[in-house]
Amino acid sequence: MRPMPHDHSDHPHALLPPDPALRVKALETILTRKGLIDPAALDELIDTYENRIGPKNGARVVARAWADPMFRAALLEDATRVVADLGFYGRQGEHMVVVENTPQQHNMVVCTLCSCYPWPLLGIPPGWYKSDAYRARAVREPRKVLADFGVTLPEGTSVRVWDSTAEVRYLVLPMRPEGTDGLSEDALADLVTRDSMIGTDIPKVPS
Amino acid sequence: MTRVHDMGGRFGDGPVVREVEGDPVFEKDWHARALAVTLASGALGKWNIDVSRHARERLSPKDYTRFSYYEKWISALADLLVETGVLTLEDLKGEGRDAPHPLAQRAMTADVVPGVLAKGGPADRPSDVAPTFVVGQAVRTARPAANRFVDGGHTRLPSYAQGAEGRVLLLHGTHVLPDSSAHGLGEAPEPLYAVMFPATELWADAESPDDEVVLDLWQSYLEPV
Repeated sequence: MRPMPHDHSDHPHALLPPDPALRVKALETILTRKGLIDPAALDELIDTYENRIGPKNGARVVARAWADPMFRAALLEDATRVVADLGFYGRQGEHMVVVENTPQQHNMVVCTLCSCYPWPLLGIPPGWYKSDAYRARAVREPRKVLADFGVTLPEGTSVRVWDSTAEVRYLVLPMRPEGTDGLSEDALADLVTRDSMIGTDIPKVPS
Repeated sequence: MTRVHDMGGRFGDGPVVREVEGDPVFEKDWHARALAVTLASGALGKWNIDVSRHARERLSPKDYTRFSYYEKWISALADLLVETGVLTLEDLKGEGRDAPHPLAQRAMTADVVPGVLAKGGPADRPSDVAPTFVVGQAVRTARPAANRFVDGGHTRLPSYAQGAEGRVLLLHGTHVLPDSSAHGLGEAPEPLYAVMFPATELWADAESPDDEVVLDLWQSYLEPV
């Protein structure tokens, strides 16, 4: 077996300023001055994930699955292809699986080892998803974690937690709320919360 | 135990503090810059996703624990830039040269950003390794959870699931093996499965006997039961 080449206590990052904002700024400045990164590209990356790619994409997929049984069946069969056909493909969403909540089973997604998350459908993960508490607890005590979110499952519903350990990204298809017959896809999409597609929330009930 | 990032099942972290939906995507401006600098540096082509994950995992346990999320990203990025020879220690100290870098022609420009993000980086590859397990089959994970090529190396088998018996739920096709890819040992693609474990198999005091945990696991992490 090979030894680990880079395990040492004097990591290079310690040479940068300790304050995290200054550390980022220092590295950005060094790389920019050498022509290795383009500040305009950074602005474009940030704008993409701040304003264009986010949970509204996933909500559209869920709403269509609620409205169209054929779409729902295809989505559960081959999510990667089906969401790509809607234009949702790319970094951190190359291999998609959609898992369906039922009265018998509630699904919940975590990445215990890092922060894997379906970017093209949900955007950049929220802080809680990346927190030690969620990563540590979601697999062992999902029901107590759900309680932190104010969610209590009905008696007889089991929990299946998906730990995203590979490049496959999971999206939860929540159950369609009661009293939503006849709503348009747009109106349905408004009921789909980001967290309901991670499995830590249930969709809103129409008011 | 692999490393401190391998925290699934750990006790003592307290409640999950939920943000309100609709809060800013980036809580602070420097979070956004850290993400963007990391993505743009990745475009230089000096490492893959497995190498960059492992760089974060190799932060010392003390740093990994005290750093916030994007501090881990930016610090691991600095380490990686030096380890791959893109930057020098003098550069990080602010004593390097500002002259254009030999890799500068690879720098990601704003116009290519949408295309790069849309293209992504799929991890499935053709493989000569045939699947040896079928859906429904009982399998057991390796124990200890550890990289078998490099001592202390990258692996995606969490320690909470080591030596556990489960059942194959899905075959995802053949994917790059992170244990190899993170260490420059080749992509070594092999079958990847979703494997379901009863919560009672993993935890001393499972919340419900009907609950389950599913992990994506490579064939070499598994043996037949």
